[in-house]
Amino acid sequence: MTLLEQFQLWLASMWPDWAAYITPAIVGILVIIIFVLTMVMVIIYFERRFMARFQIRLGPNRCGPEGILQPIADAIKVLFKEDIVPAKGDKLVHWIAPIVVFVPILMIFAVVPIHKGAILVDLNVGIVYVVAISSLSTVGIYMAGWAANNKYALISALRTIAQMVSYELPVVLSILGVVLMVGSLSMNQIVDSQSIPFILLQPLGFIIFFLGTLAEMNRCPFDLLEAESEIIAGYHIEYSGMKFALFYLGEYGHAVAYSCIITTLFLSGWRGPLLPPIIWFLIKIMVVFALIVWIRSTIPRLRVDQLMAFAWKCMLPMAVINLFIVAAEVLWLPEVFPWIMIAVNFAFACALVLLWSKLFVLGGGRVEV
Amino acid sequence: MVFDIAFFVLAVIIVGAALAVVILKDVFRAALSLVMLFFTIAGIYITLHADFLAVVQVLVYVGAISILIIVAIMLTHDARQGSTSGKLRIPAIIVGLLLLGMLVFTVVTTKWQLNNTPPLEPTTAAIGMKLFGEGGFLLPVEISAILLLAAVLGAIVLIREK
Repeated sequence: MTLLEQFQLWLASMWPDWAAYITPAIVGILVIIIFVLTMVMVIIYFERRFMARFQIRLGPNRCGPEGILQPIADAIKVLFKEDIVPAKGDKLVHWIAPIVVFVPILMIFAVVPIHKGAILVDLNVGIVYVVAISSLSTVGIYMAGWAANNKYALISALRTIAQMVSYELPVVLSILGVVLMVGSLSMNQIVDSQSIPFILLQPLGFIIFFLGTLAEMNRCPFDLLEAESEIIAGYHIEYSGMKFALFYLGEYGHAVAYSCIITTLFLSGWRGPLLPPIIWFLIKIMVVFALIVWIRSTIPRLRVDQLMAFAWKCMLPMAVINLFIVAAEVLWLPEVFPWIMIAVNFAFACALVLLWSKLFVLGGGRVEV
Repeated sequence: MVFDIAFFVLAVIIVGAALAVVILKDVFRAALSLVMLFFTIAGIYITLHADFLAVVQVLVYVGAISILIIVAIMLTHDARQGSTSGKLRIPAIIVGLLLLGMLVFTVVTTKWQLNNTPPLEPTTAAIGMKLFGEGGFLLPVEISAILLLAAVLGAIVLIREK
């Protein structure tokens, strides 16, 4: 039973039925929104300072002690900007697009367990729900690109679609590996069955899922849809003020959401020794996000053809092979010796990654086809 | 009670979105209302306790098929001018109304069998067993997979330049 259901039962003993039915839902949604907004503030500050260290500079350090008030100052500045709508654009679609991008990201958090029983709804199709809902934001990005009536925005929207369609396959295939081991789609059960984190049991699945989600949340080196040097800012080129703030929020909200999903799927969620679960959960999110920032500040952006070749020739075959290996192990290996499985899977992961890195040389200005 | 209200709200949105798909002049907005239609149908599935079906509806129709439709609009010439009125407008309305009348007549006159057993709670396993388990639809599933593969190969052969 989740905490919200207990809250509902407790309310039902004093309040009328409909109030006891609605209040926990509203409280849960408020908690989620506050959690997302604070986390976004924290990671924006964290990314700017952390990336500054990589680039041997200081980063924002003037606003408040060590610059922690910088995100708030930025938010206030963005909110006071004038809202400009292109005269020949589609005004209604232009207005709706930021909402369509942001709302699905909030909806992902409904199935993220941040503590034992602390989950908004324990759907028994949890992880498929995450995949389905996150495909909704693509439509929002597309709407933004079209409504601006701007060729750079449109190019960006087309790139988004190519990228999302390509990277969704390896992501879903690597999720299937996890689901095979757990035997359930519910996020709670996925956390419950990880006495050994799945990153050890399926290292290859973790790598594929991590890179695939990097592409899905449009982070470097896969952020082709807002490649500043080619198409200026991509789909949000014609946005300013509040609407731009929503896109910005959506981008970092996406990063937080996928950090939560990676934590839940592969890093055993809130479980951990000694410290309270919520602290473990936050530590794991920050570690995943730090990894994302590290990759962003290390690897340059891919070209479009490299991006597609990487998805279809590298990640998809590896994801299929990974799924076969995991399925065979779940069928034939006895569950009492997880260490054999870990050793075998690490060997497979190293062998496959080495093999594919020999097969495809991305770089040197050309792509091996 | 709650489900009744939810059904009527969703039904109004669905009919409105479906009408918008047909009536709107702007092709892109018509495609967007089609996306909304798909999404609200997922809502109807949720009120019927078909959670897996609802999620798959969003995944396939909103996440994939609507994207295909939007790309098709992108590749159309003069998409910005909107859909022009054709000569077949009146016959199309007549055929549409006839089809609607026929469907409504069938739905109203059929004696539906009501089942009092409560709906299955986790539907995923049941659907999986029906599709891939013994005595299920394994052969049709595999045949449809081969058909789709053949269709994809055919499309590639058709568009390939000599």
